[in-house]
Amino acid sequence: MSGLGTEPPGPMATRDHNPTGNGRTRWHGPRSRRGNNGHRELPMMPDAEFRSYYGRPVLKPPVWEWKVPAYLFTGGLAAGCSVLGAGADLTGRSALRRAGRVAALGALLVSVALLIADLGRPERFHLMLRVAKPTSPMSVGTWILTAFGPGVGLAAATELLPAHWRRSVIGRLLGRLARPAGLSSAAIAPGVASYTAVLLSHTAAPGWHEARGQLPFVFTGSAASSSGGLAMILTPVDEAAPARWFATYGAISELAASRLLQRRLGLVRQAYTTGRAHRLRSFSEALTTAGLTGTVLAGRRHRAVAVASGLALLTGSALQRFGVFEAGVASTKDPKYVIVPQRERRAGRGTPDAGRGTAPAHY
Amino acid sequence: MTHANSLYGPLDDVAANAGHLQHPPQMGFFTDTSVCIGCKACEVACKEWNLVPEDGLDLLGMSYDNTGMLGANTWRHVAFIEQAVPLSGQQTGLAGLPTGPTATEATAEVVAERLRHAERGGAELGTTPLHTDDIDRTDRAAQDLGMPGFTRPGDGHGAEGRTDFRWLMESDVCKHCTHAGCLDVCPTGALFRTEFGTVVVQQDICNGCGYCVSGCPYGVIDRSPLDGKAHKCTLCYDRLHDGLEPACAKACPTQSIQFGKVDELRERANQRVAALHAEGVAEARLYGADPDDGVGGTGAFFLLLDEPEVYGLPPDPVVPTRDAAAMWRAAGAAAAAFLAAGAASFLRSRR
Repeated sequence: MSGLGTEPPGPMATRDHNPTGNGRTRWHGPRSRRGNNGHRELPMMPDAEFRSYYGRPVLKPPVWEWKVPAYLFTGGLAAGCSVLGAGADLTGRSALRRAGRVAALGALLVSVALLIADLGRPERFHLMLRVAKPTSPMSVGTWILTAFGPGVGLAAATELLPAHWRRSVIGRLLGRLARPAGLSSAAIAPGVASYTAVLLSHTAAPGWHEARGQLPFVFTGSAASSSGGLAMILTPVDEAAPARWFATYGAISELAASRLLQRRLGLVRQAYTTGRAHRLRSFSEALTTAGLTGTVLAGRRHRAVAVASGLALLTGSALQRFGVFEAGVASTKDPKYVIVPQRERRAGRGTPDAGRGTAPAHY
Repeated sequence: MTHANSLYGPLDDVAANAGHLQHPPQMGFFTDTSVCIGCKACEVACKEWNLVPEDGLDLLGMSYDNTGMLGANTWRHVAFIEQAVPLSGQQTGLAGLPTGPTATEATAEVVAERLRHAERGGAELGTTPLHTDDIDRTDRAAQDLGMPGFTRPGDGHGAEGRTDFRWLMESDVCKHCTHAGCLDVCPTGALFRTEFGTVVVQQDICNGCGYCVSGCPYGVIDRSPLDGKAHKCTLCYDRLHDGLEPACAKACPTQSIQFGKVDELRERANQRVAALHAEGVAEARLYGADPDDGVGGTGAFFLLLDEPEVYGLPPDPVVPTRDAAAMWRAAGAAAAAFLAAGAASFLRSRR
């Protein structure tokens, strides 16, 4: 009865032929087996006993599909690449500049396509632009992306312009606009990389909402790690030093924040330490650690190591996003993540609850 | 326009806070489950008036609840809970009858199996039935739900198997929160606060982003697979305009669903709880009527006879917007660290 302690002992409590009498249902039995079918997993915490309506979810699991965690990855990638592109522009690294600017545009285009495709009515995507609403992280994000996009587009267009157009009016105009455009996108990039954490945390899903303190650092770390990794793949090693540093900072931040996130959680930690979310995040941690090690030890000497490390960082970052996404979804499907902490919160506050303690003897 | 407690906490005039200058009083529901007879007239009336599509005909094995939960195409949902305790304040006379144990356990087993095979853990039951094909062959063998039977309950054993029994029935509906999670996160403005203080989706604007589905702390609103848009109870916005009460309240034969001004309904609810307590129904309690709760009180609140979670309701819901400032602060710190890391990366690798 951990966390409850409100059930007055009645005659039903002693009848073992009907454990569900009085509606006191130990639903975790059949439900928790699902996430534990023979896979290697951390030892389970003993489940708290709680009651629910036929074991059904209290919350609606998100209607979002794989496209949303995929966007979390590509959005972060675009943000990190635009920072690398702008920095390379200022420090005269043309290969890194070109890689950063073009990759930022590519990742941004994929992001926008994923966001629109995930809508129930994709043809109405532009209705996002009819309001600016501070209470909706999705509205804030829409405007952040709207501000981010043109700079990324202009900077990349300069890189992609065919050589024989460079001398034209458009070419010269683009050439002059490229630096301010790239800098403007780099200034907005931190918002692009971090708002997605609020996007997830600003929901009723316990797995996301309870992680609100650490999730931004996981996501920005993941963004820096993946973009650094991609730049290491696309750029010769002698120009890729900033990319290696960026990837290093990012990977360390992602690994540390991810560990901290898990440690700070209460009951909902189980949503992160079991099932698909746990497997995805375990692979992510292994790949990011491997990529980080390769980057630090041999990234500046061997292109092959740099490419392999970059791939590991990219994959690790993507799996992190899918892992966090899965944990949030899992936390809505099992009613215990909603009911048990909320009961404890209410009991701790001592909210007056009619019927409590004054129940008749038979209750 | 900006009021204190705009995002969290008690709010006296919710419509004015949303920008309605001259507006009628806040309207809502008081659902008194102690007089609900589980007839589901509210479910039917809602579907008829609002032209809500049929969402699957199936036997769920959950007592007489074959609806499941609220969803895009279920705006009223009658929950049934069977419990082996007597109804407070009633003399059932069960002691003299050959009653046996309830079928709650047997039905619970059936449901658990189906939930395991459900894609969204059973949350889709409001919109789609579960197919028996998904269930293992062994589980598909005849299952005794305990009803209907040709033998009298308890025929197989003597008085030692007898239990008390009560049914809890509750007509669930959108809560029309003072601080509505769905409304706060809607990025298109499709969800809006009406002049009656209720929360309604504008169907010509919703683009089906699905954020409201995850923003609701009660699991009420959902995206319909039929048209890709979000749907939920409108508190019969059209009927309210014409001075009519919502279809469910109109159809309720026992006045379990009462419609009116929220202030008056709260008063009435407090009186009803006091009356029930006086009659010995000590477990009667209100749910959602407290303006100091995590959503600032709800426009549709309930009188319950057991803990909220027994009815599938969250025990202590909080609007996610309460933590908006803290979340943006954390994101701001992470954003600053991200930019600093970018700058440091170039400073460290100067040639």
